[in-house]
Order: sequence, then structure tokens, then C-alpha cells
Amino acid sequence: MLIIHPVVELARALPALVGLLLAGQGSGHGARWSLIASVLVAGAGTLRYFTTRFRVTPAQIQLRHGLLRRRTVAARLDRVRSVDITAHPLHRALGLSRVVIGTGTSDRKGHPALTLDGLRVADAARLRDELLHRRPAATADDETELLRLPASWVRYAPFTLSGAVTALAIAGFAWRLISEAHVNPNRFGPLHTIERHLITAPLWQDVVELVAATIAFVAVASTAGYVLAFWNFRLTRHSGGTLHVTRGLITARATSIEESRLRGAELSEPLLLRAVGGARTLAITTGLRVGRGAERGGTMLMPPGPRAAAVRIAAEVVGAAAPFTAPLLPHGRRATRRRYTRAVGCSMAFAAAAALIWWLAGIALWSWLIVALVVPLSVPLAADRAASLGHALVGDYLVTRRGSLVRRRAVLASAGVIGVNVRCSMFQRRAGLVTLTSTAAAGRQGYRVQDVPTAEAVRIADTLLPGLLSDFIN
Amino acid sequence: MPTLVPPALRAPRYRVHQRAIWLWATRAAAGWIAVLAVEVLVLIVGEHDIAGWHYAVVAATAALALAHVTVMPQWRYRVHRWELTEQAAYTQSGWFVQERRIAPVARIQTVDVHRGPFEQVFRLANVTLTTASAAGPLKIHGLDAATANHIVEDITARIRAADGDAT
Repeated sequence: MLIIHPVVELARALPALVGLLLAGQGSGHGARWSLIASVLVAGAGTLRYFTTRFRVTPAQIQLRHGLLRRRTVAARLDRVRSVDITAHPLHRALGLSRVVIGTGTSDRKGHPALTLDGLRVADAARLRDELLHRRPAATADDETELLRLPASWVRYAPFTLSGAVTALAIAGFAWRLISEAHVNPNRFGPLHTIERHLITAPLWQDVVELVAATIAFVAVASTAGYVLAFWNFRLTRHSGGTLHVTRGLITARATSIEESRLRGAELSEPLLLRAVGGARTLAITTGLRVGRGAERGGTMLMPPGPRAAAVRIAAEVVGAAAPFTAPLLPHGRRATRRRYTRAVGCSMAFAAAAALIWWLAGIALWSWLIVALVVPLSVPLAADRAASLGHALVGDYLVTRRGSLVRRRAVLASAGVIGVNVRCSMFQRRAGLVTLTSTAAAGRQGYRVQDVPTAEAVRIADTLLPGLLSDFIN
Repeated sequence: MPTLVPPALRAPRYRVHQRAIWLWATRAAAGWIAVLAVEVLVLIVGEHDIAGWHYAVVAATAALALAHVTVMPQWRYRVHRWELTEQAAYTQSGWFVQERRIAPVARIQTVDVHRGPFEQVFRLANVTLTTASAAGPLKIHGLDAATANHIVEDITARIRAADGDAT
């Protein structure tokens, strides 16, 4: 327990320490400075451990830390919406874990989340049960398993493209290494062979081989990422009124969501995954951040898998199947036309800008032709975006679907809707369309019904907020 | 018999203060002057190698600035409106892209009055009503100070009476 802060701080400061070591190389004191810095960093970590205290009172959880500047963060227990327990490899080796407590507001900017690092695993589980069920963990707790990830779902992994990010990161790192550290790639035997091969082979063969190699690498990296993140994925429902998600091969993670704070679910289908009949399910709930890499924020209820299973899980979690299967109302011809003008118009503007730059810089024309490919590609994109567009009011839920590269069908309970924003640009006004956003404290904070006819938008808003609009409708 | 006229939202009832036109014009002008200053500086400092299109860029910027400073504030003044009823807060803002926002008064969490340097010069204030959603703060820009204070008192009294914020 004691060791986690110094070691974690050291690991976090590692890039800086390496930099210090390299910078000091010139003066010959690199190693000494690096050692001094390491001691300071480890000392700061130890200090943080000794100065951090937390306690749970009947009404609040309080966290106090800092030596020179004491800071107390407190949250009301009835504000706790979710508890997230993460154990990185280092934590697991020491039998520890990190607990992040999500409250209604703490997940927003400027409000530090309540984080307790270095709790023993059993203590973390007890704390979670105390916080979410407001009772000690000793009492029996019925658990229903909703999903255990079948190993065969790994077949969807190559289509998640999560490996593309890894590939880009590696490519970027290699580029930096070559350009800044002046490493000559020709000095490495295998790279030298590859370069020789590429120079001698005809151009079309080079292109085919490079594309195939990239696809193979992205597929392998995506599969590795899938296994690392979702190994042992389990979704369970507990009689105390919470949903638990546990997952992870090396970094173990457990997320608990209070069901009474669940405002709906989202089916998300990235283009490639959709092409092979896959989807994933995300929770719409307060206290858990959605956004950059939803799996990082812990709102994932089902990792990429068969679409039918994603619908089943979403329906089971929300408690209503119809919103996920009901047909949606299309938004009509004018909305479709807007998809085309926007997609084709944007891509043409992009190609024109590229042409101007290419012309000014005197770059070869054929490379511009590759960039200009976005124009013909934007037509099927617009068609798909138009086909995705739809909405419905099913029971107490607002269903809205849009997007092509990532198609999302969001199902939001009307009880979770706070207000509405009705937005229209000059062009939309001429087409008689508006974009309706139902604002919520959960998930993405606002769910958009894009380019819907004005009268229909008013009908939706009036249904979501009964009585509120009556003064404003004429 | 059902009506044939589709339901439509009417605009909120009240306009913001007329001085807001001058506020918006001044603020836009300040931004454009900064841009033009940089462009003119480039013209003066980079003595050699000034082509005709450098002057064209400055002239285009000036024309765009003039159009923006004269048209935008008037347009904006016609759009910006607000209204408070027993249950709801309702605002309309923007100019080229317009947005209407409606939130139940019971769900409003905080009421802020903000007066930046320009607002202080023109004796105006901005009121922001936030709900539990990060996507839906209602902003009323360019109110005179008395109206702003009145709104704050009114809403503060009402949210004290309500509970539950749908989080």
C-alpha cells in the first residue's frame, strides 16, 4: 500500500527523467541529476501517501490531501452515481486498486473526481458496496449474469480499428526517432532489406504490399487491444440495484453503475463493425464520462460483438426492448438533400483548398488526385448518413439515430431530459428544418435529432417536457 | 377538427437592451482592428517583396470587417430574446445560426451574472442559467443591470422552493 504512490509517480515521471538523463549527457552529470530527480519524485509520492486520508460519514465521503496546501474534497453519499475500480499491473502485483467515485458534477471540468489510489482490493470492494448500497458488503447480494464475453467474439476485434491508433502512434514515434535522433533506418538489417525490396519492385507491387502490411498490422493490433481490454468481460445485475462490469487482461477494471441513475443506452456501430453485423452498447448514465474512447470512461456495457446481442443487452439493461428495435421516422427529402450538399460541398472545398496549396507549393498533380478522391467518396457517405437519420418516441423514450462512420442509436428516457435546444442555421431555416437537442445530465449531456421538420421538433419537445411548452406554442 | 397549421414555437417575449447593439459592434470592431493591425504591420515591416495581393487581402479584410460590424449587431438584436414563465426559462440567441433553449425553472441549478470590461462600459450584464446538463446553459446577453438582478432574484427564490435536478 505504501509503495504504490512513489512507484506510480516514478513511472509517471519516467519520460521526464529520461529526458533529464539525455540532457545531462552533454555536461556529464546526467545520471546524477536523474538520480536526484528520482529521489525527489519518490519522496513526493511517499508524502502524498502520508498526507492522504479519507473517511465515509453517514452523509458524506471526504478525501483530504496535501501537506502545504491542504485540500478537502467531499461528496454527498446520495450524489454517488458510479464507482470505478481499476488495477494496473503494478497494482495487481501488490494486491491494490484505484477507486474513482463518480458524482453528478465531479465528471465535469474544474471538479476533480474523487480518486483513492492504493486501496487493498477487499477494501475497495467494501467501499464500493458501502457507497452504492449504503450497507456493509457482508449481507448477501444476489447477482444475475447478463453477459459473459464468449471467446468467439474476438472475430469482431479486427473491425474495431482500435489498432489504427496504435499503428499511428508507432509510426509517429518512428518518424520522430528518425528525424530528431538522426537514427539511420538503413543501419537495421531487416529495414534495409525491405527498402532494397521496395526500390527494386515495381510501384504497383509496392503499393499493394504496403497496404496489405498496414491492414495486417492494424488487424493484429486491434485484436491485441480487444483481448487486453475485454478479457473476462462480465456484466452482472445485483439485487441492490446496481450493474457491475468487470473486464481486463492485464489491467483489471470493475465499474458499478447505479441503475436508478441509468437514463438509457446507446447502440454504436462504427462503419467497419456495421459491415460485419457488429455493434457495441454504451450506458447513458450520470457520473461516468462518455467521449474520447468510451471504453476508457467505463460506460461500455457490451464490447464489440454481434448486433443481436448488443440489442438484447441494451434492452435488458434499460428494461424495454421496443426502443431498440422499433422502426424510426425518416426526416424526409429536404434532410436528405442537406446531407448531400454538406458532404459533397465540404469535400469539394477541401479538395479546392488542397489544389490551391499544391499549386502554390508546386507539388506533383498526381498526389492531389489522391486527396481529391474524397469528393467521389463523399457521395456514398452522404447517402449512408441520410439513411441513418431517424427518430421516434417509443413509450417513455426518445430514440434518435444518426451518423455514418459511427452510426449511433441513442435511447434516452424522457425522465432524464432536462430541457431542449432548438437550433437552426440560415440554410436550415430555408429548408424548414431544425436540429433538436434534448439536454440531459447523463452520457453525452445532449442528444441530437438532426434536421427534423420544425413541426415534428415541436411535437417531440412537447412530449418530452409535458406542459412546459404550452405557453410558447401558438 | 384538427388545425391545418403545424404547431410552431413563438419567439420569447422580451428583447435585450438596445445598448447591446453598440456592445456587439464595439466588441466585433475591437477584434477586427487587431487583425487589421497585424496585416498593416506586415505591410510596413516587410518592405520589400510586397505584391498586389497583399493590399487585396487588407482591403478584403476591411470590407468584411465593415460588413460584420454594421450588419451583425442589428441582426443579433432582432434575434436575441428571453422570457421567464412560472415553469420555464426560454431564450433565443445567435444571428446566422439561431438557437432557442427551453429549460424548466425547477431544474436550474445556478444563476450567474457576468459583466466583462465591454459590458461594464455599456452598463450591461449577461445572465447564465445552468442546469445539470453540460449541454444546456441558457445565456441572456446584453441585459441592463436592473433586469439582470431582477432575473437572478426571481429565479433564486423559485429554485429554492423546488427540488430534484434529474441527475
